[in-house]
Amino acid sequence: MAQEQRRHAQRAQENYLPDPPPADAPAPGAAAAQTSDLDSLLDEIDDVLEVNAEEFVQSFVQKGGE
Amino acid sequence: MRSLSLVPPALAEKFPANRPTVGYGVHRVVGLETEFGIHAPAHPEASHSVLSLELVNAYGHKLATDGTNVASTEWDYNEESPLSDARGWKMPRSIAHPTQLTDRAMVSDDGQEVHMLVNLILPNGARFYVDHAHPEYSSPETTNPIDAVIWDQAGDRIVQQAADHIAASDGAPEVLLYKNNTDSKSVSYGAHENYLVARDLDFDELTEYIIGFFTTRQIITGAGRVGIGNLNQQPGFQISQRADFFEEEVGLETTIRRPIVNTRDEPHAHPDAYRRLHVIIGDANLSQYSTWLRVGMTSLVLSMIELGELPMVELAEPVKALQAISHDPTLKTQVLVNGRGWMTAIDIQRIYQQAAQDYLNRYGIDDDQSRDVVNAWAQVLDLLEHDPMQLADRLDWVAKYQLLNAMRTRHKLSWDDAKLAMLDLQWADLRHHKGLYHTLVARGAIRTLVSEEQIQQAMHFPPTTTRAWTRGRLIDRFGAHLAGVSWDSVLVRPFRSGPIQRFHLMEPLAGTQDHHDGLLAAGKPQLSLDDTAANRAEIGRLLELLQPYRVTGD
Repeated sequence: MAQEQRRHAQRAQENYLPDPPPADAPAPGAAAAQTSDLDSLLDEIDDVLEVNAEEFVQSFVQKGGE
Repeated sequence: MRSLSLVPPALAEKFPANRPTVGYGVHRVVGLETEFGIHAPAHPEASHSVLSLELVNAYGHKLATDGTNVASTEWDYNEESPLSDARGWKMPRSIAHPTQLTDRAMVSDDGQEVHMLVNLILPNGARFYVDHAHPEYSSPETTNPIDAVIWDQAGDRIVQQAADHIAASDGAPEVLLYKNNTDSKSVSYGAHENYLVARDLDFDELTEYIIGFFTTRQIITGAGRVGIGNLNQQPGFQISQRADFFEEEVGLETTIRRPIVNTRDEPHAHPDAYRRLHVIIGDANLSQYSTWLRVGMTSLVLSMIELGELPMVELAEPVKALQAISHDPTLKTQVLVNGRGWMTAIDIQRIYQQAAQDYLNRYGIDDDQSRDVVNAWAQVLDLLEHDPMQLADRLDWVAKYQLLNAMRTRHKLSWDDAKLAMLDLQWADLRHHKGLYHTLVARGAIRTLVSEEQIQQAMHFPPTTTRAWTRGRLIDRFGAHLAGVSWDSVLVRPFRSGPIQRFHLMEPLAGTQDHHDGLLAAGKPQLSLDDTAANRAEIGRLLELLQPYRVTGD
């Protein structure tokens, strides 16, 4: 029983801990990303995405709501 | 007026007599609220409250310009508050003067304070108002998930139209709107769902049974977020916008110590028949499919809880589980369920989906909307298990995740690159030519469930199956003769003279199109304030129609 509890505790730690920052390995969906459809979509998004991303994201500060 | 029921009598007979239920299948009175992110890039000093005020006023101005009534302008909070008549107001001056975007009262050229409207009640039955530092759209009451989607999306169009109206004014600041739930710095704002449930349902029982569902439904309804932690402490991607902002299992708060189950209980309806379950745990969805399943699955679960027929899934640590599930887009994370062991969110959702399918079969509930939801729910769970990226054409978080991953691969970006945060933010931009969700829809890369025509229609017309129909149509036709409107009351002051006459619409299923067609039918002209015999006769007919709701003893 005690062993079972320890095992649970260990599982709990493994399971509930946030994932480590993912390495820059090919991500799920990357295979699909190779399709030409997604390529042309990315072209379009590259065009439409705000160019000053860093500054824009920084300045997007909201107040609390609800 | 007695309370009505959505449940067909033949079905009600099959339900256990000791379990009152106010919905069945996916059919239930529901309304969706969205607090939008608001941003004026060129004016970082601008007060968000003032920007939101500008936006609400701009929409009022637009409707007035188009000749549409916005009858009540000051929300009728306590029914005793003096009602201001804001007809004839002008576009606030600050719109042409960005320097005035501060918290100072706005002053016109002649030194008078400019009257600002904080509340609009729209001809589609919705409320559009300033809530703290955000513009908020509260949809009218609907009775099924498809209608909930339609009037929710109408809200997205309405707030964007308000921003477009500001943009059309000379020298106006650019005001941008986002249907998301966090600035990914430290702040979160809500997208709340409201479901009416039977008052007799024990709230502790409801809470116990629904926590497992609310904790795990995010794998279908999440909107996706770049960044992990309430302060964005860690780079990465997670399934839900909201998960990191929740700290409690049950509670009254919505802005601090947010609980998975919120106990706020203002039913805006017969309090002895209804409780309003105020759900604060959801993400704002751009995707129609995500919104549809969010409302449909939740309605099914509530229908089963009302009957005492939902299986119990008791999470050992719900708040931890909520965050652990959100932080793992591979969906492999297991959480401990008391008496059942370690399970993934998919495993847990399968229990609920199976129960919903069994429940529909057991009672012979076979209407299309209920069947469609339960079938789509099963299909989505299968795909999440075997090939989640196939859902990039349906679910917000999967679509966003696929784009982010493709972008990472193409430009060799790490998760903390600003370009990815920009993509996350711009996903929710409501401008059709800029918003990435809308870009994908335009390319046919995201499925839609309802037509743009239906959404456009819903910007101006209320749902036909609830009292929202009376509210919206009254505003459109008799706006000039109204002194106030709220979710459950209407104040009439014919020709703006004499005492105010009060009417309470406490039953959300009364005052539908079926009940009140004719006098309030679409296409009838607005009734002017001209004191003519014909207009007097119309007002007489209106008061007769509202007679069952009259509040006596005034």
